[in-house]
This record gives sequence, structure tokens and C-alpha cells, in this order.
Amino acid sequence: MLVPFSALVRKDLRLFFLDRRAVLMSVVAPIFIASFFGYIFGGGAGNQDDSRIPVVAVDQDSTPFSRSIVDHLKQDAYLEVKAAAPDRARDLVREGRTTAAIIIPKSFGVDMSRAFFTGGSKPEVQVLGDPSHAIEMRMVQGMVQSAVMQSIGSLMGGSARAQSLLSLPFQVSSEGVTAHRGRLYNGYAHSFGGMGIQFLLMVGVEVGVSLLLARQQGVWKRLSAAPVSKATLLGSRTFSSALTSMGTLVVLFAFARIVFGVRIQGSFAGFVGICAAFSLMTAAFGLFIATVGKTAEATRAIAILVTLLMVMLGGGWVPTFIFPRWLQSLTVAIPTRWAMDGLDAVTWRGLDFSHVAAPIGLLMLTAVFFAAIAVKRWE
Amino acid sequence: MLEVTALRKSYGPLLAVDGVSFRAGKGETVGLLGPNGAGKTTTISIIAGLIPADSGEVRMFGHSLRGATDPAKRHLGLAPQDIGLYEQMSAIQNLHFFGALYNLSGAPLKRAAGHVLDLVGLTERAKDKVGDFSGGMKRRLNLAAALIHDPQLVLLDEPTVGVDPQSRNAIFDNLELLRKRGKTLLYTTHYMEEAERLCDRLVIIDGGKVIADDTMDGLHRLLPQTSVLSITLNDGAAAGSCVSDLRSLPGVESVGQRDATLSVVLRDLSADSPAVLSRLAERGHRVQHLASERANLETVFLNLTGRRLRD
Repeated sequence: MLVPFSALVRKDLRLFFLDRRAVLMSVVAPIFIASFFGYIFGGGAGNQDDSRIPVVAVDQDSTPFSRSIVDHLKQDAYLEVKAAAPDRARDLVREGRTTAAIIIPKSFGVDMSRAFFTGGSKPEVQVLGDPSHAIEMRMVQGMVQSAVMQSIGSLMGGSARAQSLLSLPFQVSSEGVTAHRGRLYNGYAHSFGGMGIQFLLMVGVEVGVSLLLARQQGVWKRLSAAPVSKATLLGSRTFSSALTSMGTLVVLFAFARIVFGVRIQGSFAGFVGICAAFSLMTAAFGLFIATVGKTAEATRAIAILVTLLMVMLGGGWVPTFIFPRWLQSLTVAIPTRWAMDGLDAVTWRGLDFSHVAAPIGLLMLTAVFFAAIAVKRWE
Repeated sequence: MLEVTALRKSYGPLLAVDGVSFRAGKGETVGLLGPNGAGKTTTISIIAGLIPADSGEVRMFGHSLRGATDPAKRHLGLAPQDIGLYEQMSAIQNLHFFGALYNLSGAPLKRAAGHVLDLVGLTERAKDKVGDFSGGMKRRLNLAAALIHDPQLVLLDEPTVGVDPQSRNAIFDNLELLRKRGKTLLYTTHYMEEAERLCDRLVIIDGGKVIADDTMDGLHRLLPQTSVLSITLNDGAAAGSCVSDLRSLPGVESVGQRDATLSVVLRDLSADSPAVLSRLAERGHRVQHLASERANLETVFLNLTGRRLRD
């Protein structure tokens, strides 16, 4: 009993260590991901003072008091505050260019004093937020409240007195900015997009692995013996995989539409374009990693690492605002981010084609880049 | 039809093919015979355009293949050693797919698929999944897929590996039929009997080099001019006494004895065997069984390399 068991174990270990590339990746992948998470959660450096939530402040009151509120917001270590024109604030949030817009209304200071001393209606600081960044929105609301209280404290000569107020003489309201005013944010639009993208990356991985497996069998020899170019063989595999991926996305969103009421509130052509471009990109990505991995096992390990990274950096697991600033800048160059932003844009944000033209173009270029390298390297 | 000249191919330090040259004429069946690792599959892969040679040339139908899409590849069919089929698809779906790679479509494709299925005897299993086929049936379909576009030159890389005798015979019948139809077959094998049965000409490869290239008769002429006459006597006890007597006869190289059987090695079977039988009759011995053994390809390979084919 022990002899066969031991032989089986030794055989498995021998097979495992024979593929050095797979061995290397099976160690490198978890080390890299663990290091990355440790870093962004404060184990290393950088994110303590660097990562900030981008917001715009619209000071319609324009008094020393309101300016004091904005100053306090600017001093907050977790906010990156920029000024914006009142008519642009909502669009900036809707387009995903900023996480929230803080609007201090006209005569906010006067109305707040009146509410405090005479019990009149409380003025309202409006926070227009990106509903897909729910955590940040709640943080921003708290920070706005804190900034107003600090300004009141300054006005009253000491924060202790301000903090002793039983009832706040103002309100902080929040609104998730969607395609149209009053239309509630449908979180399923974001989650279906995010999950679809993750699974499509997995489909891409399978493209690469299946090609490598085909190469180990006689099928690839037969295909290569036919008067068909390598580009045609690989290109057709990419295209068919892109079609199935595209179909997957369409079915996902059809389900979300029927069951959860998710709507394409922006450009339908943009939606199709993003789906098609990302599907093509994932298939080409699969080809690319197959040429890097060489063996099915090594390709899987590399693919898992790259997929996890892309999903993480695309904000699929944790909000990107907790990343160090340099990393936040880097996420702009991640294809998953382009796809995610593109799908958000044409679904719940309700934006037109011009807002997704760039992501579509970038995804297509990436697909061509991956495919070209794959065709060149494929032996 | 096919002309291979001075092919060389290395994989790192391993020289897999070392100056291989041979020709195959129209309608000829040429066997590439050699032990495992001799370089047969590498040679056939280079001919099929699957891998590039380091040097040398393959001319097919009068010219060298130029790239993966060379139209000459339409006249070339490959039955790879590994089964090159999609197991999840049916036999007919596989054939339709591989036919389409050669630009066949519509009625011609259906006709061609029906024809090759008929040839390999799988018409009734056309709609069954290949994954459900026996090993022999997969091999036959593997051959059918190589023939779907009616190629002039068919490369067969060990087409009978791992099949039962019945399927092997069926494949032989298919190949003999193809030969009758004027196809040129290049057949790799390490089974001497297959090569003897099917091939007009044999190219024997060992260690990446061609060590013999001739017709079957030509190769037999390479054999030592000796044959073995095997004689079993009725009286086993008397056999021992015949050994020295027979050795004295002209033309007898040597005589061995095992029980009642004598093995008499003769320089010329037809000229020397009558004297041997006459001597036995003169001494009053009755022959119970008589057989002559002719040297075969195994002997040729043994003589040329000092090793057996399946070592």
C-alpha cells in the first residue's frame, strides 16, 4: 500500500517539477499578488498619503464661510479637491471623471445661521456621487459634514462648542448620478459588466490552453498541412472565441435586462462596440499567453496571474481609490478598466458613443498587438 | 512527384535528420522504415511543411513548397501519427471541416466525404461521435481525413499504430486500393511486415541517415547469399549422426541440430539442397518436415546497423 502510494506521489512531484516554467509561475504568482495586496493595504509604502478620492467642489455661496468649508475639504488627506463650474459638476460625475461633486448652495451660510438661531429650514450641501463608488460616496458625505462642522467651529471660535451642538443646522444630501435625474442606480449593470469581463478573461485563457493542447495532438499537424496560413489558423481561433465571448456578454446583459431591469441607457452601438472589442482582446490575449507559456500548465499559471492583476487593477475586487496614486494612474492603462468604464458609460451612465470610442479603439489596438505578437511567436 | 534532397534538421544538440535524400515517383508506394527515433516523423513533417528544415530541399510536383499557403499543398494529404480528429464531433463533421480547409464545399464536399467514408468502411458510423469510436476506427477515419481532398501524394505516419489486426488489415486494403488508383504513398513504419507487404520501394533510416534506398528485390540482394534449410527427421535420435556427414557436402556452410531438426546453411538454396536431401535418403533417413527460410528486411536492417528494428 505504501509503495504504490509513495510511487504515485513521487510521480506527481516529478511531473510537476519537469515543467520549470509552470513551477516558477506557481510560486511567482501568489508571491506577487500577496505582495501587491500587502502594499496597497498599507504594508509597504505609498498609500498612506497618496491615495485620494477625486472630488470637485462647487462653491455657489462664495462667502468666507463657504470658502472655509472648501479649504477644510482640501486639507483632508483623503480628498483631492478641484473647483468646477456648477453646470459641469453633474456631467463630470456622470462621465466618471470624478467620484463626487460637492455643491455648496447660494446663501448657505446665511440659511444655516437662520436655521441655527431661529429654527428655519436647514440648508443642504449636495453631494452628487458616482453610484458605482458607494464606499467613497459615504466617506465623502462624512468628510463634507466634518468640514462644515470645522468651519462652524472656526466661526464660533472653537470646535468644542460646535461639536456640542445637539442638532446640526445643515444637511448633507447625496444623489447617485445616473443617466437621467431621478433614475435610480441599478447596481446590477455594474456587477454584470464586471463579472462578464472577468469570465471573458478566463475564456481567453482557455483559448490559449486549448491551442497548446491541440498542438500536442495530431489535429494541429493536420491543420498545418492544409494550404492555410498560420495567421488564418490563429486568427480564426481568435475570431470564433471572440464570437462566443460576445455571445456570452449579450446573454448576460439580456438576462440582466429581463430579470434585473438593467438598461442600455446610452449608445447601443457603443455597447456592441465595447463587447466586441473586449471579446476580441481577450481572445488575442489568450493567444498571446499561449506563446509565452509554451505548455498548457505554464500558460494557465501565467494567465491566472495576469487575469488576477487585470481584474484587481481594474477595480474588480477593491475600490481603486485605496491604491497609491501612481497605481491609480496605472489602472488607466489596463484593458479591463477600459472595458469596465465603457460598459458603465453605455449602461447606467447613459453616455453617447463619443465617450466609448476611445476605449473601443484602445481595446482593438491591444487585440491587434497581442495577436501580432502571438502569430510571430507561435511555432 | 516527390524529391527529397539532403534534408537536415537539428533540435538543439540532437541531429534528427542528417542529409536524408530519396524520391517517390507517381503511383509508387515508398516506405520509410526505421526504428523509433530514427527520424522518420521529422522527415515527413518537413515534407508536409509542418516544420522547416535547417537545410536541404523538398520538391513536390516539380517545385519547392513556398510558404504555408502554397497551392501545391492541395495535392498533399497527411495522416499524422497522433489521431488528428476532433473527438467531440461526428465523423462526417470532421470530414466536412477538413475538406473545407481545402476549399471544398457544397455537393462536392458531401460527395468526397461519402466517398472516403465508404473507402474506410465507416459509412454507417458517419454521424457518430469520434470519441465513441474504437482505436481502429479512429485510425481509419484519420486516413479518410487525409484523403478527403483527393490528394496525389499521401503521407502516412505510422498509420497502424495501436490498432487491432482486423483494422490493420482494413487499412492495408485501403492503401492497396489507393495504390491501384495511382496515388503516391509515403509510408513510415517500424513494422517490417507492413513495409514488405505494401511498399514498392523502401528507404531505411537509422540515426537520421538513409542507410538503404532500394526496391524490395534490390534490398534482398543486400542479404548474404545464404539460406537456411530446416529439416525435421522422423527419427530424432539419428539427427545427431547426420551433422558431420552433411557438413562434408559441397555448398553447405554449416549444420546445426536441435532435437530432430537440422538447420543446414546453404550458399545456394536451389543448387545445394538436392544433394543434402539425397544424402539423407541414401543413409535411410525419412524427412518428416522440410522448410527453407529466406532472409527478410529484419535481416537487412540487422546486417546494415547491427541492431534489430524494434530495439
